[in-house]
Amino acid sequence: MKYMLMIYSSEAEENAMKPADIQGIMQAYGAYTEALTKAGALKEGERLRPIADATTVRVRGGKTEVLNGPYAETREQLGGYYVIDVPDLDAALSWAARCPSSSYGTIEVRPIWAM
Amino acid sequence: MGDVAVAAAHAAETAARRSYGKLVAFLAARTRDVAAAEDALSAAFESALREWPASGVPASPEAWLLTAARRSMIDAARRRRTHDAAAPDLLLFADLATDDAERRAIPDDRLLLMFACAHPAIDRGVRAPLMLQTILGFDAASIASAFMVAPSTMGQRLVRAKTKIKQAGVPFRLPDADDLQERLDSVLEAIYATFTEGWSDAAGTDARRRNLAEEGIWLGRLVAALLPTEPEALGLLALMLHAQARRAARRDANGDYVPLAQQDPQAWDQVLIDEAEALLHAASTLGGVCTIGRYQLEAAVQSAHVVRRLTGQADWAAIVQLYDALAALTGSPVVALNRAIAIAEIRGAHAGLAALDELAEEPRLADYQPYWAARAGLLERAGQLSAADDAYRRAIGLEADPAVRRFLQQRRDQLPAS
Repeated sequence: MKYMLMIYSSEAEENAMKPADIQGIMQAYGAYTEALTKAGALKEGERLRPIADATTVRVRGGKTEVLNGPYAETREQLGGYYVIDVPDLDAALSWAARCPSSSYGTIEVRPIWAM
Repeated sequence: MGDVAVAAAHAAETAARRSYGKLVAFLAARTRDVAAAEDALSAAFESALREWPASGVPASPEAWLLTAARRSMIDAARRRRTHDAAAPDLLLFADLATDDAERRAIPDDRLLLMFACAHPAIDRGVRAPLMLQTILGFDAASIASAFMVAPSTMGQRLVRAKTKIKQAGVPFRLPDADDLQERLDSVLEAIYATFTEGWSDAAGTDARRRNLAEEGIWLGRLVAALLPTEPEALGLLALMLHAQARRAARRDANGDYVPLAQQDPQAWDQVLIDEAEALLHAASTLGGVCTIGRYQLEAAVQSAHVVRRLTGQADWAAIVQLYDALAALTGSPVVALNRAIAIAEIRGAHAGLAALDELAEEPRLADYQPYWAARAGLLERAGQLSAADDAYRRAIGLEADPAVRRFLQQRRDQLPAS
């Protein structure tokens, strides 16, 4: 089954991290992505630019409204995602637990709607 | 109805009772679709009731039902496939349609189904209801009544949980060794919730709820039989059997409440107690990953209470020690309350009250009847009659069971004038 692992963490906290810690996390992400690839589980994955670079769009009554900023102001923000293909939820959950951000952020695991 | 029809109906019913959960588990474990498995089985039972009176009851009703249910499931999947392209159904056909050998010995996947029902991805409050429905075949209305929830609410929760099992890919397999302890805990917790729901109806007037205590024990027996080397599984069964053994003794001939200390040990069910003691002993010799847990400790407390049938007195020193261990393990204020009561038995009412005073700030006890009843009893023994009167009054106001309320009222009325 395919799952999306959505990585939520606090940008404010990350901005306050020491460069050495950030480097440690980046290295951990490199190793994690490699492990996912070698396990044959990785479909895709990207890191997202900060919410300051987000723009939201909606069309109401035929009028397009463009707003600066993310969809919702939250304490933690969506910062990246992986799409993985694994046998079941337990396998997806154990990959989510290994994601470096799970130790300070939150990983939401959502099954992909099969079409 | 003719004799044949009656016999067929009886055979179908017996098979339903004995095999329902096993067949649901077998089908669901192969498709992850609990709702479809249930639908297929109910269709199979309908055909059985239609066909058996004419054709006779088959040699193996279980195998017959499974074949009929598989056919129905495959038909339903084919129908669905036309408008729902999402179908790992081809796999399902291969898995469901084959092997006669397997049909002769249907594997018991009920434990896997229980682990799916108690998966951490499933809302905690619906785990026990889900087990009752899938393993025991309870309908949503009965479960709702037992858990005191509106039937439509319970129905929705069950549907949502089954959808989640299917769509989120909740596995039907034994958890890995790393997760087994935690996952087993939630299976045991759901079973114990089933038992205690039935237990709270002490008078046994509500047939559905009395049934729940027995069904909880049944599920406990099943887990203990399927995981005979897990000490906590044995511990939970021992705990439930101990409680069940004293069920009848909780009421006198007039239906009045009899507290544990005043129960006649002769009124306890000795067979259940012996079985519980044997289980507890077996659990203690197993060791294992988690040597001693909550259920073994609580069962051991029961055991220390029922030594009274042999020695005339509960082993209060052991009870205090066991509650110490339970308090360290769970941090539960209810455990601390029971510990205070046990301390009073050894060191007197003042020592018990001192231990209770430490809990005075605990918000979870403020509306907890046993806390106020215990406090009232100890204040009475310590001669603080006006405070005892207040505490009895508070306990009476918090109690829902009329028999217990009457008991507390009598105690209050019997307080000497201060």
